[in-house]
Amino acid sequence: MTATEPSFAEAAVFWVCAILSVAGGLGLILSRRAVHSALWVALTMISLAILYLANAAPFLGMVQIIVYTGAVMMLFLFVLMVVGVDSSDSLVETLRGQRVAGILLAVGFGILIIWGIGSALSGVPAVGLDAANAEYGGNVEGIARLLFSEYLLAFEVVAGLLITAALGALVLAHRERWQPRRTQRQISQDRILTGTHPAPLPAPGVYARHNAVDTPGLLPDGSVAEISVPGPLRARGDLRPIDTAAIAETKALAAGEAAFGPGEHPVADDPGTSPGEPR
Amino acid sequence: MNPENYVILAAVLFTIGTVGVLVRRNAIVVFMSIELMLNAANLAFVAFARMQGNLDGQVIAFFVMVVAAAEVVVGLAIIVAIYRSRRSASIDEPNLLKY
Repeated sequence: MTATEPSFAEAAVFWVCAILSVAGGLGLILSRRAVHSALWVALTMISLAILYLANAAPFLGMVQIIVYTGAVMMLFLFVLMVVGVDSSDSLVETLRGQRVAGILLAVGFGILIIWGIGSALSGVPAVGLDAANAEYGGNVEGIARLLFSEYLLAFEVVAGLLITAALGALVLAHRERWQPRRTQRQISQDRILTGTHPAPLPAPGVYARHNAVDTPGLLPDGSVAEISVPGPLRARGDLRPIDTAAIAETKALAAGEAAFGPGEHPVADDPGTSPGEPR
Repeated sequence: MNPENYVILAAVLFTIGTVGVLVRRNAIVVFMSIELMLNAANLAFVAFARMQGNLDGQVIAFFVMVVAAAEVVVGLAIIVAIYRSRRSASIDEPNLLKY
């Protein structure tokens, strides 16, 4: 594929990837939720990688996929999970007219640089990279020769920058411990000496019909042990109601008598719903 | 295919990134917009390398990628640190330097 002679395949690749990358960029700025934005950006990164491959830059294309879609975007998603997936933008404008003014300014800037670059580059012949890539036997070899000869100092400085950035991230993300770590002895003493509930909490009840943790366990006398349901569920009021009829039937069966005849089975007190789940 | 088209595409992507930085409030989305602008610059570098017929543009694009990776690491760490103290990732929240 020479640069001077337009080939249909390259034009097809260009237009498909150009449309995809612009769509990804628009999706980035138009989606309300940050996770969707991140996925749109990943689409843009992959399209750009394909464009690099089409531009006789196979090394950069691979690095783009590995570094950007592999590492950077996953780091973004990771931080999104820390910060909260649900964090969406507020639509309240702090400065009045800032959004309109920002869009107008950016579009004007875009027209300016597109017009400037377009008029500056029109008619400039493209040399093409075939000769430069073939000089040392390939694209990777050519880049390696440049990196380890002319750009060696920049390469070393960039290596230092990477190490500094990693250390900086460690320092910034480090959380200072305000009180000393509690030892196992202290934890056990707290548990025993306060006298509230020294033993582990009872397990939630598990029946054949519900094996979810929101089903409270039953005490030997048949009363409900609310403490067996995990605290957050209890705080939300998500206790599953006890199917008392089924328990009575089980007891009756265990006592050796037919509990109910066919057709007179009492209606259970609606065991299928809990406040947290839609019917 | 004229490499000029790639440069114009890079300009369009850079503009989209600019809109994102100016308009969006979520710090992480702003940061992704900056990444988009860096990528647009990279695409321009690659296209220029092809027009000029030497590999220096690709080497510069490689360095841009490394610097962008370092920037992402530090920037996201700052966002997490701010989120820990402010419980918010909005760029309107950290206004302590204002007064």
